[in-house]
Amino acid sequence: MNRATFPHFWLPLLLIAPQLAISAIFFYWPAVQALYQSVLREDPFGLRSTFVGLANFRNVLADPAYLNAAQVTVVFSLLTAGFSMAIALLLAVQAEKVVRGRGFYRTLMIWPYAVAPAIAGMLWLFMFNPSFGTLAAIPRALGIRWDPLLNSSQAMGLVVAAASWKQISYNFLFFVAGLQAIPKSLIEASAIDGAGPVRRFWTIVFPLLAPTTFFLLVVNTVYALFDTFGIIHAVTSGGPGKSTETLVYKVYNDGFVNLLLGSSAAQSVMLMVLVICLTAFQFKYIERKVHYG
Amino acid sequence: MAEGLVGTSRRSLTLAHVLLILGCVIVAFPIYYVTVASTHSLRTILNPPLPMLPGPETIENYREAVSGGINRIGGVGVDRLLLNTTIVALGIAFGKIVISMASAYAIVFFRFPLRMVCFWLIFITLMLPVEVRILPTYKVMVDLGLIDTYAGLILPLIASATATLLFRQFFMTIPNELFEAARVDGAGPWRFFKDILLPLSATNIAALFVILFIYGWTQYLWPLLVTNSNSMNTIVIALRKMISFADADTPWDLVMVTCVLAILPPVLIVVLMQRWFVKGLVETEK
Amino acid sequence: MATLSLNDVRKSYGKTEVIHGVSIDVEDGEFVVIVGPSGCGKSTLLRMVAGLEEITRGTIDIGGREVNKLEPRERDIAMVFQNYALYPHMSVFDNMAYGLRIAGIKGDDLKARVGKAAEMLGLTTLLDRKPRQLSGGQRQRVAMGRALVREPSAFLFDEPLSNLDAKLRVSMRLQIKDLQRRVATTSLYVTHDQVEAMTLADRLIVMNKGVAEQIATPMEIYDNPANVFVAGFIGSPAMNFFPARIEGGHLHLADGSQLPAPAGVSEGSVILGIRPEHLMPAPLDAEGSLSVRVLAVETLGADAFVHATLGDGDADAIVFRVPGHDRPAEGERVSLMVEPGKAHVFDAATERRIAEA
Ligand SMILES: Nc1ncnc2c1ncn2[C@@H]1O[C@H](COP(=O)(O)OP(=O)(O)OP(=O)(O)O)[C@@H](O)[C@H]1O
Ligand SMILES: [Mg+2]
Repeated sequence: MNRATFPHFWLPLLLIAPQLAISAIFFYWPAVQALYQSVLREDPFGLRSTFVGLANFRNVLADPAYLNAAQVTVVFSLLTAGFSMAIALLLAVQAEKVVRGRGFYRTLMIWPYAVAPAIAGMLWLFMFNPSFGTLAAIPRALGIRWDPLLNSSQAMGLVVAAASWKQISYNFLFFVAGLQAIPKSLIEASAIDGAGPVRRFWTIVFPLLAPTTFFLLVVNTVYALFDTFGIIHAVTSGGPGKSTETLVYKVYNDGFVNLLLGSSAAQSVMLMVLVICLTAFQFKYIERKVHYG
Repeated sequence: MAEGLVGTSRRSLTLAHVLLILGCVIVAFPIYYVTVASTHSLRTILNPPLPMLPGPETIENYREAVSGGINRIGGVGVDRLLLNTTIVALGIAFGKIVISMASAYAIVFFRFPLRMVCFWLIFITLMLPVEVRILPTYKVMVDLGLIDTYAGLILPLIASATATLLFRQFFMTIPNELFEAARVDGAGPWRFFKDILLPLSATNIAALFVILFIYGWTQYLWPLLVTNSNSMNTIVIALRKMISFADADTPWDLVMVTCVLAILPPVLIVVLMQRWFVKGLVETEK
Repeated sequence: MATLSLNDVRKSYGKTEVIHGVSIDVEDGEFVVIVGPSGCGKSTLLRMVAGLEEITRGTIDIGGREVNKLEPRERDIAMVFQNYALYPHMSVFDNMAYGLRIAGIKGDDLKARVGKAAEMLGLTTLLDRKPRQLSGGQRQRVAMGRALVREPSAFLFDEPLSNLDAKLRVSMRLQIKDLQRRVATTSLYVTHDQVEAMTLADRLIVMNKGVAEQIATPMEIYDNPANVFVAGFIGSPAMNFFPARIEGGHLHLADGSQLPAPAGVSEGSVILGIRPEHLMPAPLDAEGSLSVRVLAVETLGADAFVHATLGDGDADAIVFRVPGHDRPAEGERVSLMVEPGKAHVFDAATERRIAEA
């Protein structure tokens, strides 16, 4: 059925104009500029720029620091998505079992969602601060020389912990929604067929949760890629060395701190391609939206 | 009847409660930790382990923080930081809702040339998050004189493909006949919007508001870029400045207080508006 | 109150024309029903009158004023929708008052008008309820009330009863008729239900594929259907049709039986149409009768409908009506006489009615 509409001509254009104007000024124009700058090289004083074709891209891809950032990003994203989804799934399955106290658990579980990523990083830093963090005693008791600000893998561990912690709420809510959408009759049928609880979970519940899991995988990847900038920036600033420098952090750092315009623009463009692929992927296979922005 | 689903044995139910309590402890602990820390003296904080119960300095710490203590570390009062953050969060939430409702309204209830082109133009902004266009966007901000302004903090973030899609989807569920009944009753575009569409969208708006308020409150990269002056900082940025210049003299007790103040408003909103929040979160992403 | 006239009204979606020129003059206070099969363009026609669809060609006048370019609200009409289209967030009172409020009516005047309409429809005790707290029939009445309070020049109804169960439909049908008589407002009513159409209408428009096949009073349409479509559409069970030839003053049917041909009709192929209620059992093999074999009998109580085939073979099916207590058995051979003057003859090529026999 066709939608009935008002006959006005100018009014809708007026209504949609603000959104289009903001998109044009703050989204399209900068994106085009990024594309444009990615094929230019500026002299150090920013006075002249020359067309260099794909040289910026070649340089970036040949740069060990960029490859390092890519690797860090992959490790960081996999660990963050893996931990936060696994913990959230475990808790969501338990929450589905209980009736009493379900609301109470949920209320406690959603707090981290409201905490800014940067602050999540700070909280974990406070707890595990080598000089005054109470929980720093735990790794020490295990015989580890604990100093996350100087030790690469400890630094990575800390930002992964903070990033996963923050994302548990989100994943928990979606897993709970996903679990509730599974028809109870299926589970009852399998119980009658004699499947035990563990077997029921892996043969019935988990496969039926696949769409939710798949969706969360993409959302968590996007989250780990972009939204965790605050955690990295606030906790480690990419260090020690470059052991926690992610791609987004590097774009920021090269553009704003090191003022490498061409290189930063080329990195932006490559990130843009990544986002487009992720979005397209998500819409194609999951028919749900990606980024909140 | 026993609790829960078929075949949930007593043992597995107990295990579930144990795991959930453990999970809640882990999830809530960092927030509890900083809240407790904010109630102890600097000396107690610097001598771990931190007592796990609130200390005696609660009133003292908070009074000092509010009456200029934070001003000394960050260069701005905490009231100003909270005001900035509130303005930004509310500005973004309302801005996004208004702008996306307007465009969804135009797209669904009117026909105009290039309607679908407009729709796609809005849609594609999904694929252009700030992170992939940092420098050129910053340059636009400089050119427009938006650095260190509320407009600069808010405007670029209020275009929203997601919210537009959400409202579009919701508007399309309004039956044609309802729209036509209103037209026959004499309602024009404004009255139809105000009398019919807005009341029917109320829960959607509430749900979206919670999510967008959190989104605005927790912004990081963007405020970092467009604020130079301390007086325009949001509380998150101010905190990060405090800890990154930390030294032996840093009054950690006041930093903890600031941290609690930065966490509290959005947590309260999420907890108090839980029903809308959960609905909004799960539905906006569908 | 006003007259309503459509002059060669046409509607195209893109290149496809779906209404091929409809004209009618509806008198002040008249109740006109548009009836036809699904997809024939009834709703489209009504919505053009309401101003909800653009008029591609032709003109529509309400109260002598051309309304082609006017917005729905400027046309002074009220409409009742199939799904009622009540505002879900407003009380019954507010639903009924909404149009008046937009028209700038307030205070006691508003209360009085809504109150009066509510009373006419028996809604007085329901005024504070929300639509979701009402039954289907009550919702339907609120939808009527919303139209009634406006005191418009014309009421437009688009299948307002089709979501009700059969019993409610009958009582609402009577109520609508009664209300319309009392307020004497020009009405245009769309339905695909021929019982509704026959019982409500002062005049009927029988539509098919975007064309008004016939516009006349219900009895006129029943007695003198303009063509095969109208004849088959109006009347239940539907009219029986038989291909026939006129030769030598007789109608020859496929099974070889003969009926006297009507006067003044030239020889050639025709279609013979006879309503089930106009076929009467006759002595076996009487002169000028049709011989049929009974296939099945549907007993309704007072009457029974008999399904049979003409002749012995599996030729055309035929339906006729007999008294409930006096019905033939399955497989029996029966002779049928046509009530004089009640057979219709249609041209086989144009399907237009050419005579009655
Ligand atoms: N927006 C449109 N675009 C194209 N064709 C349309 C449109 N609306 C209706 N039609 C066509 O116009 C014809 C008439 O439709 P209309 O809704 O008037 O039928 P109707 O007689 O009311 O049928 P029903 O009894 O099913 O309600 C149909 O063939 C339909 O497919
Ligand atoms: Mg219709």
